[in-house]
Parts: sequence; structure tokens; C-alpha cells
Amino acid sequence: MIPPQFDYHAPGTLDEALGLLGSLDDPKVMSGGQSLLPMLKLRLASPANIVDIGRIPGLDTLAEEDGFLRIGALVTETDLEQSEVVAERYPILLDTAKVIADPLVRNRATICGNVAHGDPANDHPATMLALGAQVVATGPDGARTIDVGEFFFGLFMTALAEDEILTEIRIPAPAARSGGAYVKLERKVGDYAVAGSAVQLALAGDGTVASAGIGLTNLGIAPIRATAAEDALTGQAPDDDAIAAAAQAAADATEPIADRRGSVEYKKNMARVLTARAIRKALARAGG
Amino acid sequence: MATHQITVTVNGAAHAATVDSRLLLVHLIRDDLALTGTHIGCDTTHCGACTVLMDGVPVKSCTVLAVQADGAELGTVEGLAGADGMTPLQEGFQEEHGLQCGFCTPGMLMTGTALLESNPNPSEAEIREAISGNLCRCTGYVNIVKAVEYAAGKMGEGD
Repeated sequence: MIPPQFDYHAPGTLDEALGLLGSLDDPKVMSGGQSLLPMLKLRLASPANIVDIGRIPGLDTLAEEDGFLRIGALVTETDLEQSEVVAERYPILLDTAKVIADPLVRNRATICGNVAHGDPANDHPATMLALGAQVVATGPDGARTIDVGEFFFGLFMTALAEDEILTEIRIPAPAARSGGAYVKLERKVGDYAVAGSAVQLALAGDGTVASAGIGLTNLGIAPIRATAAEDALTGQAPDDDAIAAAAQAAADATEPIADRRGSVEYKKNMARVLTARAIRKALARAGG
Repeated sequence: MATHQITVTVNGAAHAATVDSRLLLVHLIRDDLALTGTHIGCDTTHCGACTVLMDGVPVKSCTVLAVQADGAELGTVEGLAGADGMTPLQEGFQEEHGLQCGFCTPGMLMTGTALLESNPNPSEAEIREAISGNLCRCTGYVNIVKAVEYAAGKMGEGD
């Protein structure tokens, strides 16, 4: 399959890229291209201009700094998988990267692209919602920070303006006694999720849940932050009853559609089951 | 139609080409450079038959634009065997019967080559993980895994 016609631009600096976004007709930003190129081939996208940010230096930061894990626009899933700081301190990110597509795709696919794409079937959005991440959007007037909870509007719709580039994701460094996990049900390796649940917890000194973040994949028109489920856990001792209540609240927050991956009833039930599993895994990692 | 002048090094030889923006890397390799060892299977980023090395990293060349490869070092299956004959991995596919129809083999070889470069002694689980983006509909993968293990063993003999 051959993509539709477009013109291609490979700016060497961020300023140049922003200038192109401001001046070109119907531009689309590309980083790894692992979502965009398949969509072009299927005519699900047909931008007049593609601005490839892949050659811009300085967008490949992956490091903890000033209380945040900084993930630059060009950090690939493979970079994430090979990172020691991620393996030691952010295992939920490793869970997530490992179940995205396959290793060949992950060699080019970027974390920021996965989020900027705004696809509720993508895996990082739920994890970023659970982690309370910040999205850095850089435009002609500089950079602004968007809470990821305010980022997703709908299918392929995000808070990014047309003249902005998602240049970085910032994840708050984990508190003491915290842990997270991402659990995904898929029909085959590398498929989009039937359902997925991301949970990040911090425990208080008495073993109760001090804070909880819960995000859900492919269970609605946009990635879902399950706030009622978070509330059901926060302040509670994470016993079987509290976990069951939170998992049910997560299922109640979903609005899946019936498709080849399952019925509405099945997907809602899987949201409940996977959330309970993710909570237990997160608790184990938090030392709870 | 927008065109671009690019230069790529393929299996050690430099090539200049004028490419349309939308030309896929796999078409540059097969149609313009006449290196048809790289196969087109699914054309939808699933099967891995089109896997090539781009600056040493295995990628699906149906999901990379040719213009994105400007300046890159590319490796295809044609670049594996040299004056000394087949690489240990190619030999492994022969010795362990790692193919039946052979359609996935070029992609398997490129992914396997990159794996052994970064991990000279992979476990079975690591091999299976590495080739999880390369689909084979004949072998059930067992002999492909054995072929990679054969190559790792042979390459380790010199140590």
C-alpha cells in the first residue's frame, strides 16, 4: 500500500519545526511514524505536509531531574525498556512498553507519540493518567504544561493546538512506599487492548492507601481516568473489599463499544478483573 | 509531487536516489536498488518480512519512509553472506531446518543478526521475544529458535 501524496519536511531545530507548523497547509507532526504511516496507507490520515521531528537534537532526554522523570519527544519504547532508572523506579512504564506492538515497532515508536496520537487504544495514556504525568506542549509562544488528566478529549483529539509539538512528558518521581502496574488483555501479542488498566499507588505509614491513580485503555472514546475508583481506594486499607469496590468503580467508569474484541458486558467485566489485578500488583511493588 | 535527494549506504555501498516523499523504504530497497531479498508480507506493520537494519537497529521497512533513511546505514539479507560464505546464523537456518517456505526468513535473519550483535548468548525466551515481530506461518518457530541458538553456539566457539 502506498501512502497518499504529501510533502515531507525534516527540520533541524525545534524553532524551524514550529515555524513550519505555523506556515504550512495542513501539517502533521511525525516522530517514530509507527502509528501515522499505517494510517496514511489505510487513508485514515492524509495530511498535505508531514513535519518529521526525528532529526531535531535535544529531544531524546530520558532522565530523572528535579523530582520528575523527563521523557523527551524522541525517546523510543526500546530506550524505555533499556533504561535502568525506569526498571528500578517506574516498573509500570516497563509493563506498558513491553506490551506495545512488537520489538521492531518499539525500536522506532516513541512514548510521546503514543500519547500525542490521542488514540484511546494506545497503552501509554492510561499509564500516564495513573502516574499523574504532565505533558509539555511547545508552540510559537513557548512551552506550556498540561496535566495529562486535561489532555485527552476524544478519539484522536487532545489539548495540543495545531501549532504545538508535544516535546516532553514529565512524570512525578515516585513517593516512598509507592508502586504501579499496567495489566493488559490482548487477543494476541502486540494487539490493541481488549481492555487495559494502569494503577499507581502510594501507601501511608499505617498501610492505608495515601494516593491512587487509575487509568483505563480502550474502554471508551478517550483514555479514562477512573476517579471514582481512585476515591474508593484512597484512605482505605487495601483489603479484598476495598480492591473489589475500586475495581467495580473502574468498570462502572467505562463506556466500551462492542466489536471483534468483545461485547460491552465482557469488556466492562474485564475492566473490573484487570483493575483488581493491577491494584494487587501495584500493592506488591509498593511493599504493601 | 515533492521529491528529495537522499543518500543511503546499503550493505556498505553508497547509493544516491531521488525519492518521492511518500516512497516507503521497502520500495526503495526492492524497486530502486533491486534488492529483492527484503520481502513485502502484510504491508501493515505486523509480519516483519520487510525487516532491515537501519543504523544497526531492526525496523519494519514498510513503515519507514525512504526519505527518513537519508544518511542511514542500511543492512539487508543480501549483505549477510560474504567471501567466507554464510554467516553462522544463515548456517543455523540451514542446519536446523529453520525455514519451510522461506518467505519470513530474510526478516528473521535481520532480526536475529541484530539480536546476536547485542546479546551474543540469548536465552530461548529472549530469542522468542526478539522475533515476536516476525511472523512465520510454517515452522511454529521451534527450528527458528534452534537456528539462532546454533549461531550463538558457533559464534561463541572462538571465545
